[in-house]
Amino acid sequence: MKKFTYTEKKDTRSGFGAGLLEAGKSNPNIVALCADLTGSLKMDAFEKAFPDRFFQCGIAEANMMGIAAGMTIGGKIPFTGTFANFSTGRVYDQIRQSIAYSGKNVKICASHAGLTLGEDGATHQILEDIGLMKMLPGMTVINPCDYNQTKAATIAIAKHIGPVYLRFGRPSWPIFIPENTPFEIGKALLLNEGSDVSIFATGHLVWKAIEAGMALADMGISAEIINIHTIKPLDEKAVIQSVSKTGCAITAEEHQINGGLGDSICQLLSRHLPSPVEMVGVKDTFGESGTPDALMTKYGLDSKNIVFAVEQVLQRKKELAG
Amino acid sequence: MPTTEQLIKISTQVRRDIVRMVHAHQSGHPGGSLGCADFLTALYFVIMKHNPTAFSMDGKNEDIFFLSNGHISPLWYSVLARSGYFDKKELSTFRSINSRLQGHPTTHEGLPGVRMSSGSLGQGLSVAIGAAQSKKLNNDSSIVYSLHGDGELQEGQIWEAMMYAAAKKIDNLIATVDYNGQQIDGAVNDVLSLGNLKAKWEAFGWDVLQMNGNDMKQVVETLQNALKHTGKGKPVVILMTTVMGYGVDFMMGSHKWHGIAPNDEQLKQALAQLPETIGDY
Repeated sequence: MKKFTYTEKKDTRSGFGAGLLEAGKSNPNIVALCADLTGSLKMDAFEKAFPDRFFQCGIAEANMMGIAAGMTIGGKIPFTGTFANFSTGRVYDQIRQSIAYSGKNVKICASHAGLTLGEDGATHQILEDIGLMKMLPGMTVINPCDYNQTKAATIAIAKHIGPVYLRFGRPSWPIFIPENTPFEIGKALLLNEGSDVSIFATGHLVWKAIEAGMALADMGISAEIINIHTIKPLDEKAVIQSVSKTGCAITAEEHQINGGLGDSICQLLSRHLPSPVEMVGVKDTFGESGTPDALMTKYGLDSKNIVFAVEQVLQRKKELAG
Repeated sequence: MPTTEQLIKISTQVRRDIVRMVHAHQSGHPGGSLGCADFLTALYFVIMKHNPTAFSMDGKNEDIFFLSNGHISPLWYSVLARSGYFDKKELSTFRSINSRLQGHPTTHEGLPGVRMSSGSLGQGLSVAIGAAQSKKLNNDSSIVYSLHGDGELQEGQIWEAMMYAAAKKIDNLIATVDYNGQQIDGAVNDVLSLGNLKAKWEAFGWDVLQMNGNDMKQVVETLQNALKHTGKGKPVVILMTTVMGYGVDFMMGSHKWHGIAPNDEQLKQALAQLPETIGDY
């Protein structure tokens, strides 16, 4: 197992804020809209640097999505910012009709996704947003894993033409992706080569997968760890290539197992390479208040659960071979 | 500039198109389409500075229009075709398979003249505001127009957008409300009354004008007047009184013709009241 270390922790939303500022500096057509969460989304630096290109919409997310769609007419590239819950479920029809079906170049940037939002509880902990967004034809769905990757993803989506859902979070999280790592939309990132099992992880669960990989190495199990930052379009080639080698897979995400990354990978494998898969994710339940760590443990999203899932999938692989 | 008589000839032909289109595939919304025919004819043939033969999605330095109540698509398609965005022959494909003239307008099929999909109600005002802000950022002094149904105003997003437009001084926007008092389930007053609509728009900080949307001379004059109200720090709205189904006696004033097609006999009766003026498609 390759060595992974980190010296600093930072929230992924700060990576978004830094990326937005940098993208804004290089392209005057980039505009930002926010629904009364400028500080939470770390959009203040953009607002300060480009006050004429920042639009405070108040607590009116539906209107914000429509305005963003309208601004693309005339060549603007709008980045909307609010919590993931209010970026998706609350405004689904606005996104569906005015952005996705209309093919508008809007970047829907969503913070505080998943359980790690913590103490605010289930009303705010959306665990269905990846599913909602990936079902929309033409929508690109990205869930980066650390500060550096979120910053790079933000810069990359500014250059991509078409609607994008960019999902990130609230808690401080290890920074382990080197700063200069290129971000290519739709291209999986191989973090560790292995031979026994493929672990496909997205968002905050990528670090958990690395922790699990280290524990598995101590147990003599060689895990291939692949960071799927772009859930749609999925890097099908990378998934097939890895599972062809390992013969089984784990998916790990801070999302419902219904509709998330695991769903996409199972669909792909069932069509092209039927293989045992175990899915680490939230199992059809709502979250609750608590610290991010306590929630990740209670809802089965920590590295121990990934290790357990690997043991199960290896058993199934063995049974199939036997 | 066309005379009032010439405009009425066009709007009569547009009404004829609407009834024929809805009849052809026995599907569509004739009531609101007929009611707004004078408005949209005046807008496209007199008021808007636009480039029908060189359509661009960005619409830079030209006036642009958004239809928020997308179900009155047969009206919009007829006006677009007759002002030169595409061949009028294409009107015969309305609502049929593989057509660019979808039941509700969409950018998805690349129909010239359409910049936003609409149909799910309440979204068009926000879109128009966004496009108006984009024009301001581009130092483009042209105007954004939008049309909304009165029943559509029951959608909450409209009121978010109204609040925003006044607060942000979106004064390059002229929104129009088709104030026909009818919606699918009956009279707007019975379904969910809008109360004092003029007072509500005013309270939200808009400059409110009113007109009879079925009097061509008044429509042109009010739209010209509305232009004089732009650039003064306030968004402009026109409350346009119309009669649903205007131009076809048995369709007039009733919500029953919101979304049903005439049969063969009804088509005959309707066309007898709407003579061919500038050529059928």
